[in-house]
Amino acid sequence: MNLTVASSPHIRGDFRSSRLMLDVCIALLPALAVGTWVLGVRSLLVTVVSIAAAVGAEWLYSLLTKKRNTVLDCSAIVTGMLLAMTLPATVPVYQVALGSAFAIIVVKLLAGGLGQNIFNPALTARALMMVIWPASLTRFNALGVDGVSAATPLHHMVMPALPEESLMDMFLGNIPGCIGEISAIALLLGGVYLVVRKVISARIPVAYLATVAVLTLIFHKTDAPLQWMLYNLFGGGLMLGAIFMATDYATSPVTPNGQILYGIGCGALTVVFRYFGLFPEGVTYAILLMNALTWALDRCTAPRRFGVKKGAKA
Amino acid sequence: MKHLFFGGIHPAYRKEMSAKSTPSDPVIPKQVIIPLSQHIGAPCEPLVKVGDKVLRGQKIGDGEGLCVPVHASVSGTVVAIEPRPHPGGRMVNAIVIDNDYQDTTIDYKTSDIPADQMDPDEVLHTIREAGIVGMGGAAFPGNVKALSSMGHVDTLIANACECEPYITADDTLLRTNPDHVLEGMMILYHILKPERIVLAVEDNKKEAIEKVKTLLGGFPAIELLVLPTRYPQGSEKQLIQSVTGRQVPPGKLPVSVGCAVFNVSTFAAIYRAVRLGMPVIQRIVTVSGEAINTPQNFIVRIGTPFRDLIETADGLNERTERVISGGPMMGIAQSDLSVPVIKATNSILCLLKDRNGAAENPVCLRCGKCISVCPMHLQPLYMYRYVNAQRLDQLERLNIMDCMECGSCAFTCPGKLPLVERFRKGKQELREAKNK
Repeated sequence: MNLTVASSPHIRGDFRSSRLMLDVCIALLPALAVGTWVLGVRSLLVTVVSIAAAVGAEWLYSLLTKKRNTVLDCSAIVTGMLLAMTLPATVPVYQVALGSAFAIIVVKLLAGGLGQNIFNPALTARALMMVIWPASLTRFNALGVDGVSAATPLHHMVMPALPEESLMDMFLGNIPGCIGEISAIALLLGGVYLVVRKVISARIPVAYLATVAVLTLIFHKTDAPLQWMLYNLFGGGLMLGAIFMATDYATSPVTPNGQILYGIGCGALTVVFRYFGLFPEGVTYAILLMNALTWALDRCTAPRRFGVKKGAKA
Repeated sequence: MKHLFFGGIHPAYRKEMSAKSTPSDPVIPKQVIIPLSQHIGAPCEPLVKVGDKVLRGQKIGDGEGLCVPVHASVSGTVVAIEPRPHPGGRMVNAIVIDNDYQDTTIDYKTSDIPADQMDPDEVLHTIREAGIVGMGGAAFPGNVKALSSMGHVDTLIANACECEPYITADDTLLRTNPDHVLEGMMILYHILKPERIVLAVEDNKKEAIEKVKTLLGGFPAIELLVLPTRYPQGSEKQLIQSVTGRQVPPGKLPVSVGCAVFNVSTFAAIYRAVRLGMPVIQRIVTVSGEAINTPQNFIVRIGTPFRDLIETADGLNERTERVISGGPMMGIAQSDLSVPVIKATNSILCLLKDRNGAAENPVCLRCGKCISVCPMHLQPLYMYRYVNAQRLDQLERLNIMDCMECGSCAFTCPGKLPLVERFRKGKQELREAKNK
């Protein structure tokens, strides 16, 4: 009998990277369902194209560079799905495919692959598409509304004014917008699933949303501070960003305190960009900026050493 | 008040496999191999030579300094004194005795002096002469720990957590001889004179807890503390934190925070040494795992080869991948089944291939789960990165030497990184660099 002599531990848990990835996809399904219901079946087409392009790009890259095929880690599926969530349902499919391939090849794989990239691939791709095809990314449709170019609630808020849509419509997702961002309830549901399944901790989303809530309540721009705050929370890509983008493993801090600071930073920057930026939306750029600070945040929020009092030098 | 330690994991218990009401009949080996080093410290010098007849319980090795003696666990003839494989992984000088199956035993010096009237020096001497070491795995000489704790501890803790999956040796001891443990605790209690004396056990050992409770009336000083089951609750530093809320500083011993921790098997050994005059020549060993045909607990003579126990437990599955001395989280994989049970061997674990084993191409996702489970407040993902990059300065900044290799991070890692393996390497490199 050949006995294996290997390092302890000799047993491991049954958590797998691929399972975590698939859980993220499952958590996005409610948002995708509402997007499809409200914005039409083209939402599904955009999502499928985005995922296919991401997986295809990953496979092609491994083929061309003769590197190990990493398609099975399922992270490309997540990136493809996340990118689709940030796009309007009307966006041309070739743009989706190019954006998705860019996210995988340039932002993730060329940066060293899974876990090594500094910037969130889906958001970076969206930021790039916003520059190249601004018209495609701001042409929103909604069923029941004639044609396209329906303004999103955030456009009203730039005035500043409270949007025409009711808060309940915003909460449920009965508004124009990007595929995965319109329904706050669907995204929250996905967020609860991720926390319960221990895929993410609640620190980043809670710190992020709380910061936006507090800042918009204090610095309200209309006579109804509470409503102003809620419209800010439910509007635009905030829920999608706070729950699914800012919690991306590779690009967010790993220390508990780092995660809280990161969430606060994302929230503060989102409000700053929304209040003073060129676009009505600020989530994408807020998160990308905080991505750059991730390692620094980890470094200065290291857990207190066991057996050493706070502030004491070991 | 109950305190908790940070992090930890909840692996499946798998204790039901071996937890029967009583240990199986003793296994009587044909030959025993008594390593001259079964403790932390200086090895023993043999006191016998090849050809000598020895009695059961006879002292056959002893030494100076941080050293406790070893004893013959059977009567018979010394047939060899030579280096033999040791479950710790090295070759260690050992005395090999052929059993004459007579069990002719030395005269044990019994004592029934009440615990509060015993002479401390005499008790410490008895503990030393009986060869008592920490029997939970650390194997630190018991008399030395007791002596250094005298007058410096306010809390004495009996560790019955046995937090590693599969192992039920301490559990079996508590279910069958709880009185030995409690009596042993009282002996040290009167020597160390702490304010608190705590028997700490995890809440998954229901029967043992009930057994202890029925006896506690006779031991009013002892506090039974039932802790929530979580690995590594039984680790000394984590247990002290759970019981007292105190954290042992890096590189320091429990006595620095006024605590002394002994395993319950050690307390039972102290009872047997002081009351019955019996040295450490046997212990309870769990033989378990999916690859052994009949998992059970044995009362085993020290020096019994692993192979004898495995055969008595009806042998190994042909697909056995590993045989481990100790638990699945921190135990040492064996290549040679002729290694003997030593004083600190609590378990022989036989495992099939782990379906969740190490990945061929491990990838760190930066999920941070390793940080949330590390009971030593470390950052395993960064330690892994810097061991691979050979950045010793960074490893020092990350306090890699604080890692006790409990394996919680590796157990949890979804990327299946070989974390503990690399940390051992990193610690070794750091030690070597410092010794230059």
